[in-house]
Amino acid sequence: MTRLSLPALLVLLVASAIAAVTFGPADITPGEVWSVIAHHLGLLPESPVSRLRDAIVWELRLPRVLTALCVGAGLALSGAVMQAITRNPLADPYLLGLSSGAALGAVSFALVGLTLLMPLGAFFGSLGALALALLIAGLLGGATPSRAILAGICIAALASAATSFLIFWSATGDSYREILSWLMGSLSGSLWFDAALASAALVLCTPIILAYARALDAFAFGDTAAASLGIDVPRLRWTLLGATALLTGIMVAIGGAIGFVGLVVPHAVRLMTGSRHRALLPHAMLAGAIFMLWTDTAARTLFDPRELPVGIITALIGAPVFLFVLLRYRRVT
Amino acid sequence: MSLGVSGLSVTKAQKLILSKVSFTAPSGQVTGLIGPNGAGKSTLLAALLGLTPATGTAHFHGLDLPAMPRRDRARQVAFVEQSAATEERLSVLDVVALGRIPFEAAWQSAPSPEDDAILAAALGETGMTGFAHRRFNTLSGGEQQRVHVARALAQQPRLLLLDEPTSHLDIRAQLQLLALLRRKAAEGMTVLLALHDLNLAVRFCDHLVVLDAGKLAAQGPPSAILTPALLEAVYGVRARLVADAPTGQPLIVYDDAVERISAQIPD
Repeated sequence: MTRLSLPALLVLLVASAIAAVTFGPADITPGEVWSVIAHHLGLLPESPVSRLRDAIVWELRLPRVLTALCVGAGLALSGAVMQAITRNPLADPYLLGLSSGAALGAVSFALVGLTLLMPLGAFFGSLGALALALLIAGLLGGATPSRAILAGICIAALASAATSFLIFWSATGDSYREILSWLMGSLSGSLWFDAALASAALVLCTPIILAYARALDAFAFGDTAAASLGIDVPRLRWTLLGATALLTGIMVAIGGAIGFVGLVVPHAVRLMTGSRHRALLPHAMLAGAIFMLWTDTAARTLFDPRELPVGIITALIGAPVFLFVLLRYRRVT
Repeated sequence: MSLGVSGLSVTKAQKLILSKVSFTAPSGQVTGLIGPNGAGKSTLLAALLGLTPATGTAHFHGLDLPAMPRRDRARQVAFVEQSAATEERLSVLDVVALGRIPFEAAWQSAPSPEDDAILAAALGETGMTGFAHRRFNTLSGGEQQRVHVARALAQQPRLLLLDEPTSHLDIRAQLQLLALLRRKAAEGMTVLLALHDLNLAVRFCDHLVVLDAGKLAAQGPPSAILTPALLEAVYGVRARLVADAPTGQPLIVYDDAVERISAQIPD
């Protein structure tokens, strides 16, 4: 199997980030990007860049690029973890209903005026959706891979309907359009606050998840095999589902229900790194960050001055990949 | 030191699956666990592994298996399932290396030189050395089962439990696997395996434990306990035991089984 190298991905990530900042209506050179960053970090006392261009880089594009990186990394990581613990190659925060639950939570909080607490609402929503999906799967006779997915689809439909109803009931005009665009998945208008929130969620959840990376390998042959290798299966499952619910919740609160990132990226990475999670998880995070960065850059520049919700692009790429995975793993589903 | 099971009971959904089963599996021997489908063989193995709640004890080297911490148990006891497939992209070596999980330090990123030697030995004993870098999913059923046995050997267990490991294998692969188990027993490992083929059980097991409807029906050396009366009582078949001329070992020949069984099926 070909090996991807982490340092190479890291270099690609940084280069992509710098390049993405230069894309947009105002032409900015990579040199100017460096200058602005150096200036704001106190490394360069006098900035050669004009105040306006400095603001475009520092206030608009950088926070958005960083938010995209974190959201992509978080969604890809969540997807990879869910695929391992449900033993379903089609598992993804979006398909399991977590994203819809998070959206419902966030919209509910926003509509009762708790706009600042939207991330918390999203977390409750994704956790609730997850608990409900597992409960339904349990009622069907055990949380097997396909039952968890079927339950997730049911939850996703229900939560989406409830969200749409809430918006129909209370939103008007501009806010309606704004919420709708957010629901389709959009990083438009991301601020430093969003970047900080997304990176905080990553900093909190990544070590917990990576600590279980080796134990996730033991799930390759199912719960019994994992347990016979000394893994505490229920504890691992609940800890990791909690961590992915938190990650998904925060990412949805920031970027809306951006689908398929958690499906597309881990599958692509798996083809190159193999399934050992010590390698897969960090590579999937970096690849997810790069994927999200470029799809978001396309979303904001393709139809300039209008913004395409990035969720549309990820779905356009993701749906065919979903079909590919479905055909490839026919036996599981 | 042997495995001593005493009064082991398992209840699932208010149904008694295993009822006060007691038996001994001598160390350094291959013990066969036989009995009809639903007799409780798999449940018994699951209880020994602490995978299903059970009452009673199962002492092995002074440890009570069902009650001991799972990681410690995984360093003593390895388990091979009937068949275990995966959709993951893993090499044969990756799968065998899973057997080292109970011994790995929390943040250990690569196998230690000692682990490498253990993995190489496990691959060698199962004849899978040349397959180390093949994709697990591309192997035949028999080869996959050998990889699982190699994974179990990589755990360096003192007790090896196997649940009908031969049921998906062709006869050559069955004989190879059972011969390997005999070798491991000769080296001192205690082997307990559920088996369906009674002639293979006679040929390869030193000791048999017969379960019927969750209860112990008999235990002892195959030639002593396998009688036409027992087979009739446990399996409901009529059989004769004939001596195989070259070896003198008993061979089970099923008599009117087909007629009798088809007679029981209503038209």
